[in-house]
Amino acid sequence: MKLAIRLNKKVNRSWQVDALLFLALAGFGSFMAVPLIYVINNAFKPLDELFIFPPTLFVRNATLENFANLFQVMKNSWVPFSRYIFNTVFITAAGTAGHILLASAAAYPLAKHKFRGSKVLFTVVVLSLMFSPHVTAIPNYMIMSALGWMDSYQAVIVPAFAYPLGLYLMKQFMEQIPDALLEAAKIDGASEYRIFWQVVMPLVKPAWLTLLILMMQMLWGTDGGSFIYSEQLKTLHYAMGQIIQGGIARAGVGAAVAVIMMTVPIVTFILSQSNVIQTMASSGMKD
Amino acid sequence: MQKVKNTAEPLIQPRLSPSGLRNYWALFGKDVRRDKHLYVLLAPYMVLFLLFTVLPVAISIIFSFTHFNMLEMPRWIGWENYSKLLWNDDVFLIGVKNTLIFSVVTGPVSYIACFLFAWLINELNPKLRAFMTLIFFAPSISGNVFFIWQIIFSSDSYGIINGLLMQLGVIYEPIQWLQDPKYMLGIIMLVQLWLSLGTSFLAFIAGLQTVDKTLYEAGAVDGVKNRWQELWFITLPSMRPQLMFGAVIQITASLAVADVAMALAGFPSVQYGAHTIVTHLVDYGTIRFEMGYASAIATVLFVMMLGSNLIVQKLLKRVGE
Repeated sequence: MKLAIRLNKKVNRSWQVDALLFLALAGFGSFMAVPLIYVINNAFKPLDELFIFPPTLFVRNATLENFANLFQVMKNSWVPFSRYIFNTVFITAAGTAGHILLASAAAYPLAKHKFRGSKVLFTVVVLSLMFSPHVTAIPNYMIMSALGWMDSYQAVIVPAFAYPLGLYLMKQFMEQIPDALLEAAKIDGASEYRIFWQVVMPLVKPAWLTLLILMMQMLWGTDGGSFIYSEQLKTLHYAMGQIIQGGIARAGVGAAVAVIMMTVPIVTFILSQSNVIQTMASSGMKD
Repeated sequence: MQKVKNTAEPLIQPRLSPSGLRNYWALFGKDVRRDKHLYVLLAPYMVLFLLFTVLPVAISIIFSFTHFNMLEMPRWIGWENYSKLLWNDDVFLIGVKNTLIFSVVTGPVSYIACFLFAWLINELNPKLRAFMTLIFFAPSISGNVFFIWQIIFSSDSYGIINGLLMQLGVIYEPIQWLQDPKYMLGIIMLVQLWLSLGTSFLAFIAGLQTVDKTLYEAGAVDGVKNRWQELWFITLPSMRPQLMFGAVIQITASLAVADVAMALAGFPSVQYGAHTIVTHLVDYGTIRFEMGYASAIATVLFVMMLGSNLIVQKLLKRVGE
């Protein structure tokens, strides 16, 4: 048997069931992968291949036509297309950086110190994981207009700083840092700020990458919600929606944009996977 | 020497005599002064968190008892919004019904799928494990690429499913998958499941890798006979913290279904076939601007989410006890 399963040396495994489960995994794996493979192939299909009957999954005569057309569409768009790309990159970068910084700064005292209010604050953060942002959407709209932040980058970026999942994961991860290390720094005369910045932060690098992935998942795909309405502040996600709305003639171009959209988060995940898994190991909820 | 770690608990428990109370506040102040650096580190995050998460919940609950349309001042009307929701709004009840059907199916199914796939992937060698993790996780991270399902279930014969079925001779006319309320909810469930192997899936993969390997050998000696017993008696109990975390993520996501429904079935969907609580909220909050009424919907959603999460947490705490 050349199955990739570790058949040997494992207790309580029979190869028959292994084979069966492996087949099931392969089956569900293809269910997950086929739509993505289909988008990628569509991006390289020439127009006549996009509309043949019966439809095909794989491309036969690959072409870069769709990407060339994308540039054509970009030239005709009302604001330069590069502006959408800039908006998405800027919102994602600023939101992620700020989130990692603020969430780590807040996670350090919660993970490593006991002080007045620490339990209550953390409980509130955990409770806030239990409802979705839809609940707060309308009041947030009012708060944004009260702050005068409507139709600006910060309306999307600043709330992302205080996203609860990041703080939660960071805090759980920081709890593993040995106290002895922090004590040693303290004896050497380091202030809390220095301990946080020079001892704790370098140690939680895997958790940064995890927060990066999670924020990317959220911000890279944002369309600005109800907060952004000027065209020059709209995101790539929004532009992509417009291109797809263009209907049947734009099917290939739409797939090309989709491929560009999905490449960035997927590549980021590939590069950071082992770190992300390491962080998630400490994600558990203790009673 | 300076105290090494700020673990000092308040020294005196507050007594209810006036002097005790004064002592309590004096100690409180002293503690806060001692830990001021910690509060400084916490402050930026907490200020934003209170402003954009805690305060909105409070505002939403308060406005749910008012009539408010962003133009006139809010007017207090007591429980009227809620009684209107329950007795006079048939569309809301359709939304509740769809949301419940949806979350009762996708919630548990996606939760079990997350665990099952993580468990199967964990048996593979590290290289293949990393690859399969990517395959299963990729859809949830690819943003709105789920629009591809719109093409797959397209109502003309160019749609993959229609094309395939017509080729096989199962049907002769393309089926209007996303316009027919008969199929709508099922397709949205399918797509939502496709997207649902996200954060909790990763948490389970990670959790499985941290289960103490010697437990399995010890279990085999103690008479654990097959992988299923191993799963039930060793793996699941050791993963309880991750299982609880995953439950929170999956429950919240399954009750919040809306984006996929609106993108695939349109908004509003034909005969409200894909109408959910969140799409009802979007309708009143961002289209009709009946903010008081929308706040009542948001509050109902909030109570449902928090309630079901807390109940499931209680149940999961009992696993393996």
